[in-house]
Formats: sequence, C-alpha cells, structure tokens
Amino acid sequence: MTEPTAPLQASPPPAIIDGMPAAVPVDVAAAEGLEVTVRSQWWYARHRFLRHRLAMIGLVGLVIIFGAGALANWVAPYTFDQIDLNNILHGPTTVGHHYFGTDEVGRDYLSRVIYGVRTSAEVGLVVAVLSTAFGLVVGAIAGYYRGWVDNVIMRITDLVLTIPVLVTLLTVAALLAGKGSLWIIVAILTAFFWTPIARIVRGVFLSLREKEYVEAAKAVGAGDLRIMFRHMLPNTLGPIVVNGTLAVADAILTEAFLSFLGFGIKPPTPSLGNLAAGGQGNPQDWWLTVLPGLVLVLIVICVNFVGDGLRDALDPQQRRVRA
Amino acid sequence: MADPLLSIRDLTVEFRTDDGIVHAVDGISYDVLPGETLGIVGESGSGKSVSTLALLGLIPQPPGRIVSGTATFKGTDLLKMGKQELRRFRGDEVAMVFQDPMTSLNPVLRIGFQLGEAIKTHYPKEPDDKVKSRVVELLRLVGVPNPDIRVNQYPHEFSGGMRQRAMIAMSIANSPSLLIADEPTTALDVTIQAQVLEVLKTVQEETRAATILITHDLGIVAEMCDRVLVMYAGRIVESGDVQTIFRSPRHPYTVGLLDSLPKLTEDEEWLRPIPGSPPSLINRPSGCAFHPRCFLSQGRMRCRDEVPELHSAEGQSHRAACHFSDELIGHASKFSEPVEAGSGS
Amino acid sequence: MLTFIARRILYSIPVLVVSSFISFTFVALAGNPLANLRANPRVTPETINHFEHLYHLDQSIFVRYAYWVESIFTQKFGVSLLSGQPIWPDISVAIGHTLQIVLIAQVLALVLGVAVGIYSAIKQYSAFDYTFTSFSFLGYAMPTFWLAALLQLAFTDIYLHWHVRIFYTSGLNSGAGGSNWSIDRFQHIALPVITLAVVSFALYSRYMRATMLDVINSDYVRTARAKGLPERSVIMRHVVRNALIPIATVSALQFGALLAGAIVTEFVFTLDGMGYFFFNRLSQSDTYSVMAYLMIVAVSIVVFNLIADIAYGFLDPRIRYD
Repeated sequence: MTEPTAPLQASPPPAIIDGMPAAVPVDVAAAEGLEVTVRSQWWYARHRFLRHRLAMIGLVGLVIIFGAGALANWVAPYTFDQIDLNNILHGPTTVGHHYFGTDEVGRDYLSRVIYGVRTSAEVGLVVAVLSTAFGLVVGAIAGYYRGWVDNVIMRITDLVLTIPVLVTLLTVAALLAGKGSLWIIVAILTAFFWTPIARIVRGVFLSLREKEYVEAAKAVGAGDLRIMFRHMLPNTLGPIVVNGTLAVADAILTEAFLSFLGFGIKPPTPSLGNLAAGGQGNPQDWWLTVLPGLVLVLIVICVNFVGDGLRDALDPQQRRVRA
Repeated sequence: MADPLLSIRDLTVEFRTDDGIVHAVDGISYDVLPGETLGIVGESGSGKSVSTLALLGLIPQPPGRIVSGTATFKGTDLLKMGKQELRRFRGDEVAMVFQDPMTSLNPVLRIGFQLGEAIKTHYPKEPDDKVKSRVVELLRLVGVPNPDIRVNQYPHEFSGGMRQRAMIAMSIANSPSLLIADEPTTALDVTIQAQVLEVLKTVQEETRAATILITHDLGIVAEMCDRVLVMYAGRIVESGDVQTIFRSPRHPYTVGLLDSLPKLTEDEEWLRPIPGSPPSLINRPSGCAFHPRCFLSQGRMRCRDEVPELHSAEGQSHRAACHFSDELIGHASKFSEPVEAGSGS
Repeated sequence: MLTFIARRILYSIPVLVVSSFISFTFVALAGNPLANLRANPRVTPETINHFEHLYHLDQSIFVRYAYWVESIFTQKFGVSLLSGQPIWPDISVAIGHTLQIVLIAQVLALVLGVAVGIYSAIKQYSAFDYTFTSFSFLGYAMPTFWLAALLQLAFTDIYLHWHVRIFYTSGLNSGAGGSNWSIDRFQHIALPVITLAVVSFALYSRYMRATMLDVINSDYVRTARAKGLPERSVIMRHVVRNALIPIATVSALQFGALLAGAIVTEFVFTLDGMGYFFFNRLSQSDTYSVMAYLMIVAVSIVVFNLIADIAYGFLDPRIRYD
C-alpha cells in the first residue's frame, strides 16, 4: 500500500505556516499552496532579544549614558576643568545649569561626570574588547590543541582566577604609578579579564573538536586555522557576546575602584571613580560622591540587563515546559 | 469482565507557554483492569506521559492545567482530590517508575534511605529495622546483587540498570495496585533493557499490580502488554489487545508505526518512516491530527474537517479513530503472523 | 582524604614560592625603600650605606628574597624599612579586626541569603521573589564604596539632625584602646558590616535561588514527589540538601577573598584592618609590610580554597578524594 520512500534522509527544514513551525515538509506544504518562509537562527535570536523588556530598558539607558559621554564635548554644559572660584561647592541647582552642583574649585559637576563617563566607558570598552580578543585566542588554542599547551594555559588561568584582583591591581598600579597611567590601567585590567572568556572558548572548542564535521573538514584537507575560524568559532559567539558585554560593566567598576583609592586615573582627568573620591570625608557635599556613584550603578544595571537579554536570546537552553 | 481499576474519562490537559497553549492531552478515555498490563504507545509529544502524570498530580499547575475529565481509581476521582489526599495515594496505591535512572535518584542520599523513605512516608509507625529488612528484601527481589551491602551505597555506585531496578523496587515498596512505568528502559542499553523488563515481569507476578507501560518501542509492547493504546497528538487513535492491533491495525498511524519497524525475517531495501514530523501541539492540524501525514487520507475533506471519534473496529475491544478505518480491513500488516509473547527481541 | 590534603598543601608550596618571589621582585624593585632617609638632607651617606647593608639592599634580588623568607620564620616578617617598626604586631592586630568584621558580615549574609534564596525559589514569581531578586541585583551592581559612602552620609546626617548616634561612621572605637567586644565597637563596625553583608547577601541569595530552581526541576525531586512525600520534606530533605553544596564552596572562597580585607570599605570607614594596612603601606611604598600582607593573603587563599574543596567532598558523596 505505502509506496516505499527514499532511503532515510535528514529531515527537511520545518516549514513555517502562519508563523508557526509546521510538521509538514517544505515540498508538501508548497504542493498544498501554502506560504513558506525559512528563517535563520539569528532572526530568532534577534526576535527574542527585542522581546526582552529589561534588555530594552537597559539598552536605552546605555545609549543615553554612553551617548552623553561620547558626545561630551557637545552635551556637557561646561568643560571639565573650567574653574569658577565664585561658585565653590554648590549643591545641585538649576542656577547656571549646575544640575549636579559644583566641586571644591567651582567646576560644574554635571560636566565632570559626563566626561567621567567618557573616560570610564573608554576604559571599559577597550578592556572588554581586548580581553575578549585575547581570551578568545588563548582559549581557542588551548581547546583545539590540547595536550601540554592546554595544561599550561589552564594552570595560568587558575592562577589568575585565584589572585584577588584588587590587591594585585593596586600593587601593580601603585608601583607603576604615573607612567602613562591610562594605558597601564587598561593593560593591567585586560591581564585579569581575559580568563573567563578563555575558559568558555576552551570548553566549547574541546567539545566541538570531537564532532564529526571537524573530522570531515580535516579529511578534506582544511588547515587548522580554517577549521577553528569557520567551524568552531561561530559556536562560541553566543557566550562571548554575553561575557564581553558583562565584562564592560566589570571593567568600568574595577577601574572605578582603582581610581577611588587614588591609584587609577588621576585627576584632573575625571573618571567616575576619582570623582567619587572627591567627596570623601565631607558629608555635607554629598553630591560629590553620590552622583558619580549613582551613574556608575546605573551603567552597571543597564549593562547587566542587556547582558541578560543577550543571554536569553543567544542561549535558549532554558527550561521549556515538557508537553 | 471485572470492574476496571482505573477509569479515565475525557481527560484534557493543557499548558500555557510563551508561544501559546499546548494541548498536550485532548479528551482521552480508557480503562485499566486489575492485574493487566496496558501499553501506551506514541511518539514524543503524543501526550502519553502527561496523561499519567496528571493522574498523580505531578503536573506543575502554573503552566499546566487539567481542563476537564475524571480519573476514577477504586471508586474515587483522583483529579478531584486535594493535594494531601492525593499524596496518600502516590507511592502507596499508585506508584510510578520514571525514565532516566541516572537522574531519578537523589545523589547525596543512600539507596537504603531513599527506599525506606517510600515506606516510611506512608507507614510512619513501622519500626526502623523492619523497614530496613523490607528494603533489603525488595532489592533482592529485583535482582540487585549483595543487597545487604548495596543498601548502604549511594546511587552513583550503582550502574544504570541497577539503578532502574532500585527504582522499581522503590515503586513496589508498598505493594501498589497500579504501577505506571514511563519509558522505563528507554535510557538503557538493549541488553540491560531485557533484564529490566524481566524484573518488571517478576514484580508484576509478585504484586499482581496492574501496570501502565508507556513506551515508544513496539517491541516492548509486544513482549509485555495485554492491551495497548496508540496515542497521537494528545488523542487516542487506536486501542485494543496486542494480538489484534499487531495483526490487523485499523488506523493509518498504527499501520505506519508497524511498517516502520524493520522485520528481521525479511529482506528490506529501504526503511519506511512515516513522512513528515509530529505536529505542533499549539497549532494542531484541523480535524484529524494525522491527516497531513496520512497515506489513507489522500486529501479527503472529511479528514480535514471532522475529528474522528474512537469507534469499534472489530468487536467491542478493538477501536480506532479514523473515518476510513474500514478501508484497512484486509490490509495485512508486516506482523500478520500471530505474535508470541516472550519472542520479542 | 588526608592524602588529598597533604598533596594539596604540597602543591601549593611551589605556587606560593613562585608567586611570592614574583611579587617580591616586583615590589622590591619598583618601590623605593629608604626613601625617607634619602630625602632627609641631614642623613649622611654613611648612614644610608649602613642601612643598605643592614637590610641587604646592596645584594642581588635572590639573596634579598632569601633573607626575606628567613625573616618570615625567624622574625615574624621583620621590620618595616620605612618606620623601623616590627611588622607583625601591626599586621596581626589588623588581621584580628578584619576577621571580626568579615566573620560577622559573612554569617549574616549567608544565613539571610540562603533563607531568602530558598523562599524565592519556592515562591517563584511572587512579590517576594521579585522584590528580593531586584534587591540582589541592585546590591550586586553597587560598588562598595558607594554603598559605604551612602551609609556614612545617612548616619552622619541623622547625628547632625537628631543628635542621636546610632552607628558610627568611622574608626573602630570611640576612644583609644577600645575593647573588641564592646557595644561601642559594634556601633562602629555596624556600617562596614552592613556594607559587606549587602554585597555578599546579593551573591548568596541569587546563587541559592538559582541552584534551588535547578534542583527543583530535577528528576529526583519528581521521584520524591511521586513517592508521596509531603512538599516540606521534598524541599528540605531533597532540594535544599543538594542546593547547599555549591553555596558551601562559594562561601568558603568568598571568605578567603574577603580576608584580603575589604580594602575600599576599610578605607571609607577608616578601620584599622588588613585592607587599610595594605593601602597605607602601599601608598608609602613600605615594601616589606606590603610583602607581609601579600604573603598572608596568598596563604589564606590557599587555605580557604582547600577548605572549599574539602567541604565539597564532604557534602557530595560523588566526590571522594581517595
């Protein structure tokens, strides 16, 4: 009765009918005159991300804050070092657009905070990008080649992970103080932040290495680099994007800690950390510490929201209801 | 015919998800007679597990919802019971064995403790030593070697097959009248499968319990079951005793299932899968859920418009839910020779 | 188990040696010991030479390292190059203070965090859950210096406006030589304890909630329910018991890390603890004091990592270090 069908083949991509995946193979659906669109994984990821309310809020927040920082020259009402000794230590007020008040030499605090955002964001983004890139490379090598290379790299990451970050950062920063401080800080921070990415990438590579398509690619004669790039790397993009995003917040926070203690970016260049330090010991001028700190908190929260949204979008291994 | 032990009528279960409402079980009805082994067969997502989980109140109620139906067990409707009451049945009168023995046991508690817990929950007054000896006895019954030593071990010290035996032992600890085994061998090697099925048979003989055996493996059904229900997309599409179903199936899905099995005694060039994939339970095809994949339908409108009801195909006990099931009369399935119990792989 | 511990300790020794050597080299070469002396115009070159020789500053780094290691055992870290004072008394007092604060903060954070985590998981998506999840989120995002500063401000304000001292905003005791367990002391450490506890609480409650949710959906919990266990037993005996395992490890590691002294918190509240010690000596480039601090921190990390692993092996029968 039933015609013998062709030998077992991989199932054709599910057709989408009325926006829902249908059980009917594409050709059958087409035969019945139904519309068929095939969507890619990225479409679904993007869709999931945009649906995530918190991530959207975070994104908007970041655009506002980072945007203000990037466009500081146009957005800030004053420059960050404009001294006005007539207006020392005013609290937040609408007079003269000093919405965040002024500091101890009369500089407009809102402007300083905006420039501070720019500095902190610069550091944060650069560190995140550099450490992600470095971690990617190291993790890929460790995961792909295994053996003693992997062992050595893993030992190093273990070591870096157990060292208390702030302590080492402070020690190094203090003792290298003043010698091109911004880039030293970036370098030191990068040196700490690459490890989680390396671990993740290594994990993915280790598991992918045994998959058949890698063996197939090798059999065809593909070089190591090509295999790593075209076949294995795309699988790491999800966790990397999530991790990289969260690393931005981490880097900004860590830099703030350093600067707060006086070892990071030094004044007069404002960073959110050294601005907050300015209000130390003077509880009357609360805005000096509270406001930059508030901006910092907002940045971290927004980045975390976006990171969560990205994670949901790119890593849909959440618990699904079992039917 | 004896009174049924369990009588399910019009059970409907749905789940709310972000993508829509999943109709997991749609108005199914069946009976389980005392002492018999009923097989429920179907693909993943056919609703076979959900119907039994609903019985025991193991469906998490926020996403899940028992929309309607009754499940009368020894006179009382399980679905109308409060949580406390239902708890008394679970593990005592009605017990369940789950699919994956590797994750179904708590890794930080000893086997003896977990088995003892099953007993103590329902009979708290039993003295500890009696419980302990009963546990050892149970382990011995299911064929765990050196039960007196093993009873103090942790699950990770048991192999997969042994763990499943322990699970079975745990389920019959209180001599239930109804045992539900949800794909008990799916996660096991074939050779271990055979052993565990033997254990199930032993256990059935010992306790005289009725068993609902849920599986997607027709071979197991042939070996173990008296009657079988075939489920598809949340509905029962065929029911009857094993011999009849295997010899003369009356639903195209059942035909497809049987056809897709490789027959060891014949030469076959190609395997014959059922074309297409199982339907989405959120957006089910209208009318008969199977019609998009059905060879019998041939595009007939009735299949698309009308949901077929279960009607008798051959005598009272054999029923099929297909508008054109009569056209399958005379269709010889691959397994037309009588199936002998115990001759399975 | 004992062999495991012994092996771990054995492995950590070379790690400690290497890391201490690297730090020593770095600190010793980058810092400028005897800076005070050199800056003082009244100090003669002979005096400087004398001290250089006394402190082996004129010899190779390896020799200096060796002398330094020796000083750990024979002289309890020896003497600060800057002040000439012995290091150990100062640092041991600092350790005591930090221990007190960190211990109280951790216990508080752990007990509350675990409880909140459990309840949040059981009543997922309830108002309680949302409130505390948001709170943890906030706590996690807040830099400690900000929280510390806020608390300081708030309580200073209260004092200034209502002339009531609830909590002190700096220092360890009101007068000199206060005792360690007086009410005055508690009034002083309350705010730093709260600061540290909030961040740790956020971590623990989030972690506990996540682990609980993971475990609650596992198969063996379903089995426990299928056996007819009352929900309470299911949660306590099966879920929590399993969910606590990672928490134990995390808290041990946290403790080890915090022993480095919550540097920023101690700085803001001017508390004489490890972090404050470190910060001060580092600012003054007081090499040997900094080294002493680093060594103690390294050892405590090793110790607490070990404790974390042992606790894990103890709680989870699947891990046996034999």
